[in-house]
Amino acid sequence: MSRNGRGFEPRIVGFLCNWCSYSGADLAGVSRMKSAPNLRIIRVMCSGRVDPSFILRAFQLGADGVLVAGCHPGDCHYQEGNAKALRRVLLLKRMLRDFGIDEHRLRLEWISAAEGERFAAVSTEFTEQLRALGPLVLARRAEVA
Amino acid sequence: MIRLTIDGKTTEVERGTTLLHAARFLDIKIPTLCYHPLIKPFAACRLCVVEVKRSWGMELVPSCHVACQEGMEVSTGSSHVLAARRLVLELMLARWPNVPILRKYAAELGLEKPRFASPLRDEREDACILCGLCVRACDEVVGASAISFAERGIGRRVATPFNLESESCIACGACALVCPTSYIKFEAEDHRGKPPEFLLDPNTAIYMPTAQAVPKVPSIDRDSCIHFQTGGCQKCVEVCEPGAVNHKMVDEEIEVEVGQVLVAIGYDTFDPTPMAQYAYGRLDNVYTGLEVERMLNSTGPTGGRVLLKNGKPPRAVGIVHCVGSRDENYHRYCSRVCCMYALKFAHVVKERSGAEIYNFYIDMRAFGKGYEEFYSRVLNEGANVIRGKVAEVVQAGWSKQKEGALLLRCEDTLIGRFREIPVDMVILCNAIEPRRDAEQVGRLFGLSRSPDGFFLERHPKLDPVATMTDGIFVAGCAQGPKDIPDVVAQACAAAARMMATISKGEVEIDPVRAEVMEEYCSGCRVCSALCPYSAISYVAERKVSQVNSALCKGCGTCVAACPSGAMTGYGFTDRQINAELEGVLAV
Repeated sequence: MSRNGRGFEPRIVGFLCNWCSYSGADLAGVSRMKSAPNLRIIRVMCSGRVDPSFILRAFQLGADGVLVAGCHPGDCHYQEGNAKALRRVLLLKRMLRDFGIDEHRLRLEWISAAEGERFAAVSTEFTEQLRALGPLVLARRAEVA
Repeated sequence: MIRLTIDGKTTEVERGTTLLHAARFLDIKIPTLCYHPLIKPFAACRLCVVEVKRSWGMELVPSCHVACQEGMEVSTGSSHVLAARRLVLELMLARWPNVPILRKYAAELGLEKPRFASPLRDEREDACILCGLCVRACDEVVGASAISFAERGIGRRVATPFNLESESCIACGACALVCPTSYIKFEAEDHRGKPPEFLLDPNTAIYMPTAQAVPKVPSIDRDSCIHFQTGGCQKCVEVCEPGAVNHKMVDEEIEVEVGQVLVAIGYDTFDPTPMAQYAYGRLDNVYTGLEVERMLNSTGPTGGRVLLKNGKPPRAVGIVHCVGSRDENYHRYCSRVCCMYALKFAHVVKERSGAEIYNFYIDMRAFGKGYEEFYSRVLNEGANVIRGKVAEVVQAGWSKQKEGALLLRCEDTLIGRFREIPVDMVILCNAIEPRRDAEQVGRLFGLSRSPDGFFLERHPKLDPVATMTDGIFVAGCAQGPKDIPDVVAQACAAAARMMATISKGEVEIDPVRAEVMEEYCSGCRVCSALCPYSAISYVAERKVSQVNSALCKGCGTCVAACPSGAMTGYGFTDRQINAELEGVLAV
């Protein structure tokens, strides 16, 4: 995978909640929908489990974008874990600028288990967006690591 | 008990029985006009006169009004009696020559033409004969007293006060029900809480939902029952011999504690009224699938015969597939059952009425065991199948021959031509839809729904009866349109899954749980505020938080929030997720 300019393939980490978004991703696969292959999925039980430090760690390890996906508001399997995810992601977005990371590299989406099509659309669209933004270059990445 | 003799037959009746009742008990026919078994006798029409032997000779009395007495000798068919009845009818016929019930009685008495001419002659078949049943029903049974006799003598008629719309009328329809000539017509459209396919049946406030209802008990529709509006009536109580009708019963809510729930709330059918091109509800003899199903039922309103609104059998019937399903404007999915029941209709309607059958389909989906064979059988029986969507259903025209007939316009895509097909009846195979309260039920049980609105199973291939919520299962059309064999299979699978849990006696839970490593816990209690299940408590003596693993569902919100890293989520620890991150980003 080329990291420079043309032919750049963004690396995206997706934290998907077990009940809605992960099932939605599964459905997209089962239904043989086309989507960009750039998303690397990590399953969590709830989007509320996503510790902001995971997101920062992902950027540090070379991800060009991070997707956090959970159930639609009101549909959370754990009542309101997605609301907590929303709070954390919004706060983290403010901090990302201080790290020199474009806040558009972090994305929060509500994808239900029935929305395979939406999952495919989101992952493709996010990939295109990141392709336009170009690779994430962190200053002194080596030292931070 | 009282002994008396009627037409030479001796019988015993209870005290207070009228002569009419006693005679009917002996199967002796006496004509009546102003009498109704549930309304107090009025003795106005004098058609029910009989002869009673008195000490001074024979006396003519109205049998509806006179009670039986010990030793009475009654004659119901003597020449005197018949002459009296004939005269009464003659006078009435002079005024109302065309009323069917009068003509029927006149024919029975051998009366052909009245000798008199009346200045009040009324040629209508549905003229008011002033029997007063409606007035008495409204007053005595309903208790509304909305109508009454107005004026006297030749001006007498039934009317509302001052001929104005009566505020006392509760639109119960009792007056129309008892009217022997249909002078009073009841046109209010009321559905009495019944599903639409049962609207072909007569409507009453106390009714049996279906002939095969379980439990086989009628119920009272509170909104249309007269008793709940006026406090009167209760005629059902009077006629029910075992005394089973109880108006004091109220709905009760029963709380039952259960460990598992099978959500099988079924489906609704698509209302074809918005598809104005199909004229459902606008033109007569356009029916939905379930209405026709009802008509074909031997306990249904026509006793299983295929009839038009005018009581004649249809000459040709059009069956329209995919009404509201496989349609971008309504439902995109296929309702699965319609093709086969449409073919069944083709078979049964043809068999029962001999009508020419036209099936209009998009694609014929005879997918199940034995279905394709049935399709060929129906084709061999001579049903016409036309591949094409029906564009519209219109009135065929007003010539005498075509009266009431319908015209189906469609494109026959197999011969590539536009066709117009005259039929007498149209059957719309309307789509299966999610229940209208599916959203609320889904919220209640934490079920998600697919974009078409049906409940979502845990996995479309690997777990088709369970849901994302433990202990909640789905079966039947609540999960998606399916035919009876599929519903039975799915329901059995769900029941077996539930039985398995019950017989095991214990529930397996995911090992995904949170736990506090007490040596790192500072007792800040950030976690306990976040827990949606109140599973985290604070142990004051050790100044640490503690997770109740029976309450914890393992969402991990507390793990993500713990500032000191003391909270661990088994299966999804920070170390595990970080290792995953390194893994997925290694290349």
